[in-house]
Amino acid sequence: MTKSTQTTGPAAPKLRLGGGDGWGYAPAPESTDHVELRGRYGLFIDGEFVDAKGGRTFETANPATEEKIADVALASDADVDAAVAAARRAYDEVWSQLAPRERGKYVYRIARVLQERSRELAITESLDGGKPIRESRDVDIPLAAAHFFYYAGWADKLDYAFPGRDARPLGVAGQVIPWNFPLLMAAWKIAPAIAAGNTVVLKPAETTPLTALKLAEIIRDAGVPPGVVNIVTGAGETGAAVVQHEDVDKVAFTGSTEVGKLIRRALAGSGKHYTLELGGKAANLVFEDAAVDQAVEGIVNGIFFNQGHVCCAGSRLLVQESVAEEVISKLKDRMETLIVGDPLDKNTDIGAINSRAQLDKIEEYLEIGEAEGAEPFQTSCPVPERGYWCRPTLFLRASQSHRVVQEEIFGPVLAVQTFRTVDEGIAMANNTPYGLSGGVWSDKGAKAFRVTSRIRAGVLWANTYNKFDPTAPFGGYKESGIGREGGLAGLHAYLQPEAAA
Amino acid sequence: MQSSTATASFESPPIDTVGVEERVARLCSRSIKKDAKLQALHLTLSMIDLTTLEGADSEGKVRQLCAKALQLHAALPDLPHVAAVCVYPALVGVAKRTLKGSGINVASVATSFPAGQAPVEIKLLEVRRAVEAGADEVDMVISRGRFLAGDFAYTADEIASVKEACGDAHLKVILETGELGTLDAVRRASDLAMRSGADFIKTSTGKIKPAATMPVVLVMLEAIRDHYLRTGEKIGMKPAGGISTAKDAIRHLVMVRETLGQDWLDPDLYRFGASSLANDVLRQIVKQGSGIYQSFDDFSM
Repeated sequence: MTKSTQTTGPAAPKLRLGGGDGWGYAPAPESTDHVELRGRYGLFIDGEFVDAKGGRTFETANPATEEKIADVALASDADVDAAVAAARRAYDEVWSQLAPRERGKYVYRIARVLQERSRELAITESLDGGKPIRESRDVDIPLAAAHFFYYAGWADKLDYAFPGRDARPLGVAGQVIPWNFPLLMAAWKIAPAIAAGNTVVLKPAETTPLTALKLAEIIRDAGVPPGVVNIVTGAGETGAAVVQHEDVDKVAFTGSTEVGKLIRRALAGSGKHYTLELGGKAANLVFEDAAVDQAVEGIVNGIFFNQGHVCCAGSRLLVQESVAEEVISKLKDRMETLIVGDPLDKNTDIGAINSRAQLDKIEEYLEIGEAEGAEPFQTSCPVPERGYWCRPTLFLRASQSHRVVQEEIFGPVLAVQTFRTVDEGIAMANNTPYGLSGGVWSDKGAKAFRVTSRIRAGVLWANTYNKFDPTAPFGGYKESGIGREGGLAGLHAYLQPEAAA
Repeated sequence: MQSSTATASFESPPIDTVGVEERVARLCSRSIKKDAKLQALHLTLSMIDLTTLEGADSEGKVRQLCAKALQLHAALPDLPHVAAVCVYPALVGVAKRTLKGSGINVASVATSFPAGQAPVEIKLLEVRRAVEAGADEVDMVISRGRFLAGDFAYTADEIASVKEACGDAHLKVILETGELGTLDAVRRASDLAMRSGADFIKTSTGKIKPAATMPVVLVMLEAIRDHYLRTGEKIGMKPAGGISTAKDAIRHLVMVRETLGQDWLDPDLYRFGASSLANDVLRQIVKQGSGIYQSFDDFSM
């Protein structure tokens, strides 16, 4: 961009984007009429919904309105014990005895019912978790079904998946999932586990239990034998009980690095298998030869998808100095067109922050960033009065030494830095305790391949971002976790190791 | 062939086709309802260049078209009028006479439309005749053969000459994107046309498919935006060919709003080149009021 022409005229050219006067979009809310939500949900143990022993419950609320949706059973150690016992019995007596082909049929059936009930599930996901309906409808639910379809196909082909091995399941899997992709994470966990012949006890996050409980209904209605899938709801203590239960053979956890470390300590010496999918602070590198408008779109998708509640979010933008001014200016313009608000509105780009606690954490980082000397930028989009909201935010002139660059914020907040050379860009990308994902933007194919091969992260995207597919393994380096989910690697994690063959 | 000194000014940024298609898909997910839809439908009508470009066009046919432009639908008196009527140069006179005093412009294609395979002198003569006959706007075609052969300087010079021949008439430059092959070429042709004097850039003649696809239009809008941010000059956009439904038109308006902003939601800067779009828009406007779709036979040709 030439600077001289911009500074000469009376006023620099400016686009009138976003809201304000002129033509805007009328509200286009998705109807919730046909979605049946009960006021009270029990635990799903041994094929039935049951109250927690002792009858304790907790509330799940809509983060866009702060209104309660339902009371949900709070599972105690005794409930987890019952769930694990049911899973063990189902494993020993039914699931491990079943012909693999029959197992596959059940998994296919779950996938099909997920598709049939996709609209209801999408709306429930948006109500309970705050994510925009556009995403729950177009990403979460279709991908969840795709995971079941993909692993259903492997159920009777395990010997071909790993030739020369006698592929045997591990037993009972204890699985704990986060609140950012509630149904999708349940699918990531349950599909490979049961397709490989394991039974599971799954604990959804306490702020978003509803779609997992609807999945339980689907599993029951699909005729899956009782005890193959058990779902216990609760908070951290329930999760700890699942993870530490002595009759659990395999632990799969997706969540924060902090909790991941606790789990790894707790599991040391237990002989349990485990995979941990933890935090991230991914770098999105934009080189001077990138297609800038498409890179800007990728930056937006990278950090503002799902309110930034994404472990693999591109939360660090590293842009080459020669194009930094143009990229940042275009990014700001693009951000002005993002609509923050009602998650059920089909035009909403950024929904509600998942919980008060998460909003507090994000706001704390907004203060930290400013105190550290980074330059904040927020869009002018109006936000509703009630509910938990955060406008899309940039921290310009951020530095490697800043906490907003080093720590995972898990919100719609992007730290922006510049680099001068390819080597410097790679060094900055790698200068982090995390290593889950990353993105590279360049019109030069050779450069894209060379740079991605030098970034220490489990998932790298070139000229795109946040693309997921059940056939692709997903997982991290360093403090981002251990093991892979998705693809054959994800199946492998639910089978006995080589030596058992 | 272009001189080496000229090459520098023909540089354009790279375009990633996959990324453009994804952006378009996301823009298409916008849901336009109720008041927003009605507003968009009215806006669309006001942006239409009602077009007839057939070998069989006669004065009678053009008079029919002009009458339609003057009265889109008798049952709805408060509609905006279309922006222009677009015809061949030989029919500019009759269009001008029929539309006199209406505020509707007459646009004429020229420069040996649609192929553009004629000597420059003949193209310029055609432009001058169209303007003399009263054309307010001239829609020229670029020399795609020369452009694809890399002769950017020739293509640019030709546009500049046509601009000069236009005098006060507005110049729309048709890139015929369906013949350009890549989005990179679309971007380069857009930049070249704007730098050579185009008041509008236009996708297509309507004689070649694909015509105004959304990825092509998005790339052209982004070129217009970058040109504006660099120079302060607002260049107009005209997608033509293939936009035949109100739904398509509204998707284009969404794309304009989120790429160029409110200023371009104006017939002075955005046009639809279309022959059958108007009636679908009218049908939708009637439906917004009555809740019932009427037969196409209820709308005049």
